Amino acid sequence: MSARDEILATVRAALADGSAPEPVARAYRRGGEAGGARLVELLHDRLVDYNAEVRRVADHELPTAIAEACAAHHVSRLGVPPALRTVWRPGAVSIVEDSGLSPRELDRLDGVLTGCTLAIAETGTLVLAAGPEEGRRALTLVPDLHICIVQENQVVDGVPAAFAQLGPLARRPLTLVSGPSATSDIELSRVEGVHGPRTLVVLIAGQLSA
Amino acid sequence: MSGFPDAARLELVNPQLRSNLRNATDTIREKRARVVGELPDWEELREAGRGIKADVLARLDEYLEQFESAAQAAGAHVHWARDAAEANAIVVDVARRHGVTEVVKMKSLTTDEIHLNDALSAAGIFALETDFAELILQLDGDWPSHILVPAIHRNRTEIRDLFARTIATGPLTDDPHDLAEAARVYLREKFLDAKMGVSGANFGVAETGTVCIVESEGNGRMCTTLPPVLVSVLGIEKLVPTFADLEVFLQLLPRSSTGERMNPYTSLWTGVTPGDGPDEMHIVLLDAGRTRVLADEVGRVALHCIRCSACLNVCPVYTRTGGHAYGSVYPGPIGAILTPQLIGVENAPTLPYASTLCGACYEVCPVKIDIPGVLLHLRAKVVETEGRSAERATMRIAGRIFRSRRTFELGQRLARIGFPLARRLPGPLAAWTKTRDLKPVPRQSFRTWWRQR
Repeated sequence: MSARDEILATVRAALADGSAPEPVARAYRRGGEAGGARLVELLHDRLVDYNAEVRRVADHELPTAIAEACAAHHVSRLGVPPALRTVWRPGAVSIVEDSGLSPRELDRLDGVLTGCTLAIAETGTLVLAAGPEEGRRALTLVPDLHICIVQENQVVDGVPAAFAQLGPLARRPLTLVSGPSATSDIELSRVEGVHGPRTLVVLIAGQLSA
Repeated sequence: MSGFPDAARLELVNPQLRSNLRNATDTIREKRARVVGELPDWEELREAGRGIKADVLARLDEYLEQFESAAQAAGAHVHWARDAAEANAIVVDVARRHGVTEVVKMKSLTTDEIHLNDALSAAGIFALETDFAELILQLDGDWPSHILVPAIHRNRTEIRDLFARTIATGPLTDDPHDLAEAARVYLREKFLDAKMGVSGANFGVAETGTVCIVESEGNGRMCTTLPPVLVSVLGIEKLVPTFADLEVFLQLLPRSSTGERMNPYTSLWTGVTPGDGPDEMHIVLLDAGRTRVLADEVGRVALHCIRCSACLNVCPVYTRTGGHAYGSVYPGPIGAILTPQLIGVENAPTLPYASTLCGACYEVCPVKIDIPGVLLHLRAKVVETEGRSAERATMRIAGRIFRSRRTFELGQRLARIGFPLARRLPGPLAAWTKTRDLKPVPRQSFRTWWRQR
């Protein structure tokens, strides 16, 4: 008998005298409060709590804010997903489109600029779903700086609301980012930036932030 | 396996271990309490988590088949392994077919459980541990003492000295930032050239064939996205039925584990995605004793475990002895119920006793595993397998004495005469008082006092 058949047979034998499972009680908050000043405020607060650099700007101020973030972090080579909208691309740095850069080429970038699919206010989480303006996973992993743009209408209240929206995208590679990478392995003192980007800059853009 | 009591005695005399452990478990416990307190629906989430896991186990055969076909449809190769040897052989075979001599590996209890690194090493393949703490332990030939912070028994000076003689390229201070930087520099070179990655998995989604991993450092993302070949080893109990079910566990796990609202990185992927991540993806579905646990209707709740380690941090036994004393990959209260069931109680008969039955573990468990209940169930099994013991004989005699008032009162009188001030019991009964003080026998029994008043 193959390992597969034997494991399945053993599972069935183990469950043979069991009763049918009871329905799962889902009395937890399913959420659904969208956008809104409170959520954007909460997201801001949670991101700051995880030591991300956060700025809120009006839509028309976004290009300036991006340029300033690049300058503040001495970025000269900035990676972007090929489909990133032109208006977000800062002029003063050299833009490197990721059309299948090797890991070593990604490692030579000073930073990366992307959008996101969603942001979860309650947990301070950015959801990257490999969309055209988010790029593939390695792009937001290897460079040491990630500048991520969140539009106010992308903010949802909690994890259930996010998963409801992500359902149709479930088979895409998804990365949930909550603050910069970190370790607490040395006597529990938190050190930011182990392997992922050491610096996470989040620019929240929209009317509420004007 | 040497027994828990003897191993614990060795650990308890290590002051470094005890103070690090105390500090770590206190800190994480407070953080957890704070972020759990933020959620008004924590109890409802726990109940949903318990219910989902109970459903998974009750229909595990269906979910496994569903997971397999969904993952295959997305381009993953799905393998089944009855035991550790089969699982290891599958991973070795993938590495050999690609001519790989070094793999990058993220922290995974499941692969520790099957001793994958040793199996790879025997085949001439080096498995590099890339989690910061696991790297420390690997460089020093040591092993984990906590599920979440495996090197919690080491301090910064020890780590500095270790790095200085192994991976550091220049002078090094014992500042944690410096130490993390040294590991970053060393491992980055390895990641950029890696040909094959190995991971465990926190969850597998039956509906979609998705694998989910939860981490902090980003080494997991490196291992699962940069190398062209990836193998993920999943215990068969790690499934959840639907993608949406993750909305429950991704709230329960980080808050229970690190005491964060969300861990820095959660990755989900389904098979292979052209142009994004590995070109070849293997999933190993591992039994290794899990079906044996499943067959026990009381004990099977141990398979609900999502490896958060909250039960370790509240356990009055674990917080003093640390993880090594358990002699098991899964330490603490969960280890005390999981390990004996995975490998058979006869092979770990002391673990179900490594507990005071205080119930703190049950209270914090995000999926409501009744650990004390299972401990008692397993203790009964240990007694059954051990046959006659002094304890059992004593209990039988005690039962006879307690059955009638006359013999009970006679027993009390004899005890007052026999050993009024004894702290230790004689002969085979000494086993009972080896770890307990005998209460002095009172001069007068309650019954005598009642009659005389």
